[in-house]
Amino acid sequence: MTTEALIMAIVIFTLSTFLGVELIGRVPPTLHTPLMSGANAVSGITIVGALIIAGSDLGWISTYLGFVAIVLAMMNVAGGYAVTDRMLGMFKSGPEEKR
Amino acid sequence: MTTIPETLVTIAYLVAGLLFIFSLGGLSAQESARRGNVFGMVGMLIAVLVTTFGPRVTSYTVLTGALVTGGAIGAALASRVGMTSMPQMVAILHSFVGAAAVLVGLATALDHSVRLYGAEATIHEVEIALGIFVGAITFTGSVVAYGKLQGLIGSKPLLLPGRHLINLIAFLGCLYLGFLFITYGDYFPPLWPLLAITGVACLLGILLVMAIGGADMPVVVSMLNSYSGWAAAAAGFMLENDLLIITGALVGSSGAILSYIMCRAMNRSFLSVILGGFGAEEGAAPAAGAQPAGEVKSITAEETAELLREAKSVIVVPGYGLAVAQAQHPLYELTQILRDRGVEVRFAIHPVAGRLPGHMNVLLAEARVPYDIVFEMEEVNEDFPDTDVAIVIGANDIVNPGALDDPSSPIYGMPILEVWKAKTCIVSKRGMASGYAGVDNPLFYKQNTRMLFGDAKQTVVKLIAELKTALSH
Repeated sequence: MTTEALIMAIVIFTLSTFLGVELIGRVPPTLHTPLMSGANAVSGITIVGALIIAGSDLGWISTYLGFVAIVLAMMNVAGGYAVTDRMLGMFKSGPEEKR
Repeated sequence: MTTIPETLVTIAYLVAGLLFIFSLGGLSAQESARRGNVFGMVGMLIAVLVTTFGPRVTSYTVLTGALVTGGAIGAALASRVGMTSMPQMVAILHSFVGAAAVLVGLATALDHSVRLYGAEATIHEVEIALGIFVGAITFTGSVVAYGKLQGLIGSKPLLLPGRHLINLIAFLGCLYLGFLFITYGDYFPPLWPLLAITGVACLLGILLVMAIGGADMPVVVSMLNSYSGWAAAAAGFMLENDLLIITGALVGSSGAILSYIMCRAMNRSFLSVILGGFGAEEGAAPAAGAQPAGEVKSITAEETAELLREAKSVIVVPGYGLAVAQAQHPLYELTQILRDRGVEVRFAIHPVAGRLPGHMNVLLAEARVPYDIVFEMEEVNEDFPDTDVAIVIGANDIVNPGALDDPSSPIYGMPILEVWKAKTCIVSKRGMASGYAGVDNPLFYKQNTRMLFGDAKQTVVKLIAELKTALSH
């Protein structure tokens, strides 16, 4: 990464951090657990890095490390999204509950 | 296999980034939350596909196997977990991200295909060292958090003598090792400083979380959530991947805000929570203090059922004990019986009730309690004086009046649910043990408080039986 690219990356990073602050501030406390598991699934985006490592023919050590990293990140992605979906499916409002 | 060109990959990453933003934005309301989550899944699918078929991946031998294995394990974990165990689940998922970040960092350091010089080499090496450091702390910290939440490790804070000094030395050690790695020169630096950082940071993660007690876990889990985001962002800097940077930053800030909200709800500073030890040190001191005035009056299930039958409005205050006893399902049945009789039943949720932000809400949702009778503390706290019966189930510190009027109490200043203002306050509890903070609760000695001793679940089941027999006559 050149110094210019670093500055650009820092700009993107800073803007995204503030966007995150804005978005999360709007989430009601009721949904904080799904928020957490959802955000956790999103942080499984590390999988992109793992895919690049495992798929670039960098020697068997790197490929092996990349393989394990993909498994870990994928567990996180699949588990995180599935559990968030299950949770959100449970939230029901009042009227339809009436028998 | 055909390769997707670089420009198209960049555009696809942008789309994925936007979908992640929509998915977090969707969580601002129950109605849009589930759709938002689907946006997130689609974004992730796009990111994985274009990376796999993009120009940077040339060898596909291990990818499919790894994706399928990880996906299957993750899906299996998610389909089995109950809402009571959600905090553990989230904690263990964080540990995976941390471990993945460490591995990506080490593998990147092993990549000798491109040789960098001068500032570029330094930037690259700083990014690698930082990514590994954050990843390793997230990894072991989350594993310890998981152990504590799952009950594999005692939830009492472990207070080593001079632990702040040990932590400081470990941190400075990592800084020094990172410095060694970076200043090695323009040649490819050796791997051992990175491995050493991994080891020391793993130890630091363990020490940091071991020192924090069970009830402070909401803050710790949110903090680790934040770290897992920062770790992903660091990987993005390493690999010059904007999508990783954007997403990592989003998650990092979300976890940070949740920790902040939790700390504010406890009226404690983030630093005091993270430095740990709460409840262990203070726990011993207040024992010398004065016993609260008044006497403890107990009540039977039968008498409680009687009270509930006469009541017009009831507010239920659940705490972690409800989750432990798995009492949410019978509690819903009780709620139904009362509501069918025209009793107004509401739930009041304290921000730090449970072991995860919003834990009580998912627990009640699991038991099919409609979310429009579940309220936040600020929404209902003023309604207690007009309430006939307040029922506290498995909660203690969040209803301790000492937080309002006793400056010597360790939880003084924490906003609490003012349950004693209801005409009668029923406290369902196993025994007279004090709460997490180790303080005696003057609520139990109040004139209009009645203690309903017993396991939360059995107590609620008994109440249902009493109500049913009384109503059938």
